[in-house]
Amino acid sequence: MVKEIERTGIPVVHICTIVPISQTVGANRIVPAVAIPYPLGDPAKTPAEEKEIRRAILEKSLKALETPITEQTVF
Amino acid sequence: MSYKIVHYINQFFAGIGGEEKADVAPESRPGVVGPGMAFKAAFGQNAEIVGTVICGDGYFAENMEEATAQILKMISVFGADAVIAGPAFNAGRYGTACGTVAEAVQRELGIPAVTGMYAENPGVDMYRKSVYIVSTEDSARGIKTAVPAMAKLTLDILKNGTAGSPEEGGYIERGLRVNCFNDKIGAQRAVDMLIKKLKGEPFKTEYPMPDFDRVAPAQPITDMKNATIAVVTSGGIVPKGNPDRIEASSATKYGTYSIAGVQSAEEVAYATAHGGYDPTYANHDPNRVLPIDELREMERAGEFKKLYDYFFTTVGNGTPVAAAKKFGTEIGARLKKDGVDAVILTST
Repeated sequence: MVKEIERTGIPVVHICTIVPISQTVGANRIVPAVAIPYPLGDPAKTPAEEKEIRRAILEKSLKALETPITEQTVF
Repeated sequence: MSYKIVHYINQFFAGIGGEEKADVAPESRPGVVGPGMAFKAAFGQNAEIVGTVICGDGYFAENMEEATAQILKMISVFGADAVIAGPAFNAGRYGTACGTVAEAVQRELGIPAVTGMYAENPGVDMYRKSVYIVSTEDSARGIKTAVPAMAKLTLDILKNGTAGSPEEGGYIERGLRVNCFNDKIGAQRAVDMLIKKLKGEPFKTEYPMPDFDRVAPAQPITDMKNATIAVVTSGGIVPKGNPDRIEASSATKYGTYSIAGVQSAEEVAYATAHGGYDPTYANHDPNRVLPIDELREMERAGEFKKLYDYFFTTVGNGTPVAAAKKFGTEIGARLKKDGVDAVILTST
């Protein structure tokens, strides 16, 4: 899905836990996530801390979308 | 014993003509025609080409169903043991015709069929799973190697009832797993392979990964403050109750749901349909997979202009590549049309 959306010219950032899969499949902008069942959270933390974690991943994702790249890049 | 074979070829190889004759309807002739001579030599005493069925590539492409039915009828008259089609080399319409005919012969007449094509012939992707396709060169120059390979594979199937492995049979992998005995257990073979890999020696995988193509990175966003961002997920977050019944695995569809005015993916309204991970955490707080709460805050803070009014979701769990590709193409087209500037795609 990442690739076919990007094929239209829209940049896609892939937030995923298993980075090697994303690299194999061919995502170009990759941001590592926390864990498979909670990529953008952490139930062991307080709700406020979780929101911070989520925000940090999303901020990094916006940065990735603003960064010129020529090859697959893990941010 | 001598097997009876019927040969399928196009108008060009039958000597009827080139593109100007591509519209000729199917016809049947007794015995060998064109490249059938080479097959006759390759089969020797083992098999005989009892008839040849010919169809123009253009006619076939424009009347596929009707042409297939006509061709099958002509083939069936000969009472053959097997059918060979082509080889088609890199001719796309011819390859498609050979694959279609071979598949229909197997299905409708219950006899084996073998064809030959160049690896990049579009007929390969369409029929490699259902038909034995011998790998050939890209032009008729390759007939000298294609014909003996196709003849041998046909005889192997007729005599032994099996084509052997793709390497043994010289055909393009069909993606089938076959049980076999091996002196070494899997763990030993895996370690042997790993050692060879570490030493930089050649090794052969027992489970090849699909070939994924590459898409060049899209241009970055230069004006984030004015950008519209869409969120897409393969983590299966859906409105509670899963209204479109997206499957828990091997999804055949994706959902498109409005988030206009939604400030957070709350437990009461959303849940995951994904069957490939423990849903406890995603169901308790769907923002952990579909981060609408923080995206709204960032939107309010002016970090980007707008969160697109819909999110797209599917279950990435044993989903066939072809299905994912189709979802991506459709989602991409819609986002492009709606002027979305960038996409955040989350996966579990």
